[in-house]
Amino acid sequence: MTEPVQATPTPIEALADKGPLEPPRSQWKDVWDQFRKHKGAMFGGGFLLFITLAVLLGPYLWQVDAQKLDIRNKDLRPIWTALWDSGAKVALSRPFGTDQLGRDQLAQIIQGGRTSMAVGWAAMVLSLIIGTAVGVMAGFVKKADGLLMRLTDLFLSLPILPLLLVAVTLFRQPLREAFGPEGGMFVLIVGIIAITSWMPTARIVRGDILALKEREFILAARSIGATPFRIVQRHLLPNVLSPIMVSATLGLATAIITESALSFLGVGFPSDFPTWGKMLADAVQRMQQFPERVYLPGIAISLTVLSVNYLGDGLRDALDPRIRGR
Amino acid sequence: MLTFAVRRLVLAVPTLLFISFVIFMLLQLAPGDPMAQVPLTVPPEVKEKMRQALGVGEPPLVQYWKWLVQVFWIEPKVFIDYMTNSSTLLGWLPDTQLYQDELRVISWQTRSPVMDIVIQRIPQTLWVVGMAYVVGILIALPIGIYSAYRQYSVFDQAGTFITMIGFSIPPFFTGPLLIVIFSVQLGWFPSIYDTTHVVNDWESLKFQLQQMILPVMVLALQTTAQISRYMRASMLDNLNQDYVRTARAKGLSEAVVVTVHVLRNSMIPVITVIALNVPSIFGGAIITENVFKVNGIGQLLITALFANDLPMVMTLTFIFAVLIVLFNLIADILYGLLDPRIRYD
Repeated sequence: MTEPVQATPTPIEALADKGPLEPPRSQWKDVWDQFRKHKGAMFGGGFLLFITLAVLLGPYLWQVDAQKLDIRNKDLRPIWTALWDSGAKVALSRPFGTDQLGRDQLAQIIQGGRTSMAVGWAAMVLSLIIGTAVGVMAGFVKKADGLLMRLTDLFLSLPILPLLLVAVTLFRQPLREAFGPEGGMFVLIVGIIAITSWMPTARIVRGDILALKEREFILAARSIGATPFRIVQRHLLPNVLSPIMVSATLGLATAIITESALSFLGVGFPSDFPTWGKMLADAVQRMQQFPERVYLPGIAISLTVLSVNYLGDGLRDALDPRIRGR
Repeated sequence: MLTFAVRRLVLAVPTLLFISFVIFMLLQLAPGDPMAQVPLTVPPEVKEKMRQALGVGEPPLVQYWKWLVQVFWIEPKVFIDYMTNSSTLLGWLPDTQLYQDELRVISWQTRSPVMDIVIQRIPQTLWVVGMAYVVGILIALPIGIYSAYRQYSVFDQAGTFITMIGFSIPPFFTGPLLIVIFSVQLGWFPSIYDTTHVVNDWESLKFQLQQMILPVMVLALQTTAQISRYMRASMLDNLNQDYVRTARAKGLSEAVVVTVHVLRNSMIPVITVIALNVPSIFGGAIITENVFKVNGIGQLLITALFANDLPMVMTLTFIFAVLIVLFNLIADILYGLLDPRIRYD
């Protein structure tokens, strides 16, 4: 005895389709949601934004000339020293104190930050452009691959810091004559950092391009007659964006540290032009009497680099689709 | 494996030749003149003779060739003579006397052979840098292993945070910071490394260790930060593998699973990173040596650069390049030896 089967069975409650619960999500919304979960990355990104805005807008808010010598008010301590040392020389108008020539420390930190951040961003962007170009060329053009990768290996086996020192001491004079003392140094340091730090980006981009260009969507693009340039620009580059962004954060951190290291060793910008590394190097002589002059620029460099590194960590997690959503 | 090693070794020669050529040509562009300190009263023809004596009168390619001969032919001869003549290791061999007073690479600063000065400076660098590297690795490995084993625990969070800080603070900030805290405020350790100090009893050994602590701490912080991050990532990759579950299912104790099964497999990439980072530690030591006034080869390079001593700069930069190429090679070979899945043919 079989029961008659209904023509249209009543759907089981749990299996019923209710239509999409949420509207479709874009890739970048997913990335942002994952990124927001990484506390360190949020803190890092926020601090990087803060310090960038501070050095950009700082001179308009704190209108003290960083170069102005005020010899009567030299060697002032920061105001917070007055908390535990009532005899300390402090002034309300100089919250971070002054140096041995009476230059305002807060204005110098802002001015130095402008240089350090400008060098960092410029060197990072330049090395990304070189690295991406070399990587795309090597991955996409088969004939160029061997040569370009040998070149990358060669650059990777150059001793970077000694060569940086050699190059900076050698080319300082001609570039200074061409672009002026500060501009020449800027061009030199940015150029040299970029030339010596593009290799990791190039390798990563090449590897990704090699894998991507065998995929079907590239074949499809080629079959509808897209030019090689268009394939690279429209189909390959957006797909290698995430490794490029991660290596950008690493590049920014190394560029800032390298510039400070050069200034610290005394081969960086001219002496009257403040950068964080230069301020630190100048203050080391008298750090027993005025430790804050070492701490302030040192903390500025360290916090910036720390926040950039955390940002890179968070970006790496957020941009990796295998980790995302877990 | 052997053919791979030999092929890489042969390939390293043109690489090194090319690097040395690039460095040499870069130095040729140097605006500094070694005759700048000579008084103006010296007649030009005498100056020209002095120039010839320094070896800068010839065309650049001839100079480069002479430098190559000096470094790759004459210096080894001097070294072999030294080994068979006065060293304790091979002193029993008959004295070879290969070196017949040919011109060696001469420093313009001191007018003595560059290699002699480098040999004088290397022990200080090796003591400080080598010790720092060993200490850094010894600290880093347990931290990395434990924070991977207890992922997201308090220890892991704290460890990751501290290594991130160590990664971010540059040595030219930690150096002065430690000097202010430990040698100025507390007075525990000297702030300057005294290289003339001779260790001959317990008291002097104690002083030697005391003066080494600060530079070693600065360098070890960087090493620890890097290596422990690699160790943690590599352990995490392996901890979730099937073979680990199998090992646990067999009833092995946790200690055996972690230290024998997981650790041995996780060490493969870490060891290559350790090998790859040896040259960069030499590079980073330039700054640390400068901060603590250690007169090692990093400090030698800086002073030579400022004094326009081109033969010295050339030779030292080349030594750094040799180190990098050599340790890249060692890392590749180690990787092939340790990981049977890697085949180089």
